[in-house]
Amino acid sequence: MDVNVDLTTIWAFIIAFAVFAYVVMDGFDLGIGILFPTFDVGPERDRAMNSIAPVWDGNETWLVLGGGGLFAAFPLAYAVILPATYPLIIAMLLGLVFRGVAFEYRWRDPGHRRYWDAAFTGGSLVAAMAQGMTLGALLQGIEVVDRSYAGSWFDWFTPYTLLTGLGTVAGYALLGATWLVWKLEGDSQHHARSLAKKAAWSTLVLMGGVSLYNVFLNAEYAERWLTAPEIYFAAPVPILTAVIAIALLRALSVDRHSKPFWLSIALFFFGMAGLGVTMWPYVVPPGLTIWDAAAPERSQIFMLVGVAITMPLIIAYTAWAYWVFRGKVADEGYH
Amino acid sequence: MFEQLDALLLARIQFAFTVSFHFIFPAFSIGLASYLAVLEGLWLKTGKSIYLDLFKYWLKIFAIAFAMGVVSGIVMSYQFGTNWSKFSDIAGPVIGPLMAYEVLTAFFLEAGFLGVMLFGMNKVGKKLHFAATLMVAIGTFISAFWILSVNSWMQTPVGYEIGANGQYLPGESWWDIVFNPSFPYRLVHTVIAAYLTTAFVVGGVGAWHLLKDRTNLHARKMFSMAMWMAAIVAPIQIFAGDMHGLNTLEHQPQKVMAMEGHYESHPNGAPLILFGIPNSEEKRVDYAIEIPKASSLILKHDLNAPLAGLDTIPDDEEPPVGIVFWSFRIMVGIGFAMLGIGAWSLFARFRKKLYDWPLLHKAALVMAPSGFIAVLAGWITTEVGRQPYVIYNLLRTADAASPLDAPAVAASLLAFVIVYFVVFGAGVWYILHLMHKPPHAGEYGVKRGDTGPIRTAGITPGPSQNPGDPDTLPRDHEEATDGR
Repeated sequence: MDVNVDLTTIWAFIIAFAVFAYVVMDGFDLGIGILFPTFDVGPERDRAMNSIAPVWDGNETWLVLGGGGLFAAFPLAYAVILPATYPLIIAMLLGLVFRGVAFEYRWRDPGHRRYWDAAFTGGSLVAAMAQGMTLGALLQGIEVVDRSYAGSWFDWFTPYTLLTGLGTVAGYALLGATWLVWKLEGDSQHHARSLAKKAAWSTLVLMGGVSLYNVFLNAEYAERWLTAPEIYFAAPVPILTAVIAIALLRALSVDRHSKPFWLSIALFFFGMAGLGVTMWPYVVPPGLTIWDAAAPERSQIFMLVGVAITMPLIIAYTAWAYWVFRGKVADEGYH
Repeated sequence: MFEQLDALLLARIQFAFTVSFHFIFPAFSIGLASYLAVLEGLWLKTGKSIYLDLFKYWLKIFAIAFAMGVVSGIVMSYQFGTNWSKFSDIAGPVIGPLMAYEVLTAFFLEAGFLGVMLFGMNKVGKKLHFAATLMVAIGTFISAFWILSVNSWMQTPVGYEIGANGQYLPGESWWDIVFNPSFPYRLVHTVIAAYLTTAFVVGGVGAWHLLKDRTNLHARKMFSMAMWMAAIVAPIQIFAGDMHGLNTLEHQPQKVMAMEGHYESHPNGAPLILFGIPNSEEKRVDYAIEIPKASSLILKHDLNAPLAGLDTIPDDEEPPVGIVFWSFRIMVGIGFAMLGIGAWSLFARFRKKLYDWPLLHKAALVMAPSGFIAVLAGWITTEVGRQPYVIYNLLRTADAASPLDAPAVAASLLAFVIVYFVVFGAGVWYILHLMHKPPHAGEYGVKRGDTGPIRTAGITPGPSQNPGDPDTLPRDHEEATDGR
């Protein structure tokens, strides 16, 4: 059993890594979708789209790893969370359908391009909001009886989940805007930078709101953040988040290209670390710990071998694909 | 109780709908990725630009089909949890890891190299670009490998233990689970089906352009390549399908009984029912046209071998006979029609009339979408044929669903139906538009941007013109509505 405990912890970190990778990588894709209506029709929109066209599909694959990995490593959590957030998940999937096909369709059909651009934005916005609300629904707790979701199908809809949803939308917009600061130049970059400043402030305010709400959400979360000795482990997270936030706002006020994007990712990293502190060791608060929901040792080991072999390769060729399309996006796009 | 049943039926319809729609795209993109790799490989080897032109022609179509496959596929990976949570909990420890391997070894590979394949030709050079194309093609195959292993395990589950909490747990050997008894047959049959499906699409497009202009060299080349595939692969597929059927007889006999329409046992050789109308009330096939003893000959290689019928199976373990009986005949019928086209093309080649036989081209055009119908009919046969179980003989479909209320499932089903018809209808329309354009020398690749260079030498477009990508749909509609 000791071995199993360790494997389960490893798997919790692998899933957390997959979710983090998804959130920052598809986060900037979705963020560009959310900000799309503010770009001028024509070259500015084309360039924004071209900056992510070669990588969005790989980015979205992390969502499949997050979901598929959860299914494989914590099947019970997968079987509980998805029915509990059913309308959110369906909305997210349909949003991603519109977002994904818009990449191809807008070029194929100039006559209806504005509709596909609207589908790109609408799909991105719905997907981001649904993801954030799903996170909120998980954090506020899911009722489980006899290995099944036992709540009703609108339990996920609360002021708290609206807040986490909006926070995610703002955060993705920040990632998208800072990515464009990096990939664009001239007026478009200027535009992206001003969007990034607004998104940064919105993100910080909403992150703060969610954090405060968390503390009051249930007594266990409060204890974790506000009492000794836990506070010594927890305190560095908000302190470092504040440091990153200040650095980000400074980087956006001067002519930096890639730095705001990396600082935004750091902001997300500490946000996720904060969530980890809040939730640990539950995978479905308030009842299911990671050990309650874990797959048997044989499944964990079998998959761990696969992860150990493939993950370095995946990271290597993903990095290569990004490297191929490095630099500022030119007017003509890729062909 | 009645409400539960409704929610179950709706969940089944939803899964059938989303998976059927989804599989159309991989059935095409598995074959098309390989075809693209062959075209690019031939271009690198021979240096003939016709192969590069064809590569670029089909790459544009691939980009759209692949995008539709990706977005409809993500729906599938979450559908297990949203609508089949009991199944996910119980079977997760066994099939979850196989699906995780699919993500790790296939999805990332495809997605990681797709960007370079679509947009990277000028950035990475020919050889690396070819490597990227190969990776995408290999990725589609690896994806088929894992997901068919999962499906096969659900058809022929082995190598598992039952845990104290009711979960199916992996046994000693993952090899046994991955290479479960029906997997090798299903893998071969499905992958060949994808190749044939693609070959008939490519052949149909080639035929269409030959009918309009039989001197078009590009159309000739794609038609010829597709007809070679049909001639060689269709007979292999019929053989592979027969082997798959024998395997099914061994492991899932009632599925074969339903396919054959054998309500009764035949102790002295069973007839092959060619056509008829299964009558489930009376448990017989009405108006049957049958060949005596031929079924025993095919299934047992012995005219007089006894074959058990559905009368040996309890009523509550019988699959719905009508659907399985018909879908099986549709699949087999199309298979033999494909064989016929392949043979005809060989004859035409022999007569040196391959490019000058409009009737053959018309037949190939009619057959262009046949692969999709055959593939769906085949899946309906195997999936409906294993009912009432979702994991054969272990877990009933009725015990696998999520604890959802019928209105929730009905609403999501309605949303999927509307969105899929709009989104994938548009995608298919764009693909047909691209296919409608004749392939030609100096073909464009996947272009991104209206401001791209114009190839017509010496003509600079004026500011009022917006030349755009020649493969896109015209702007008429937009301009008309802009005038409001």
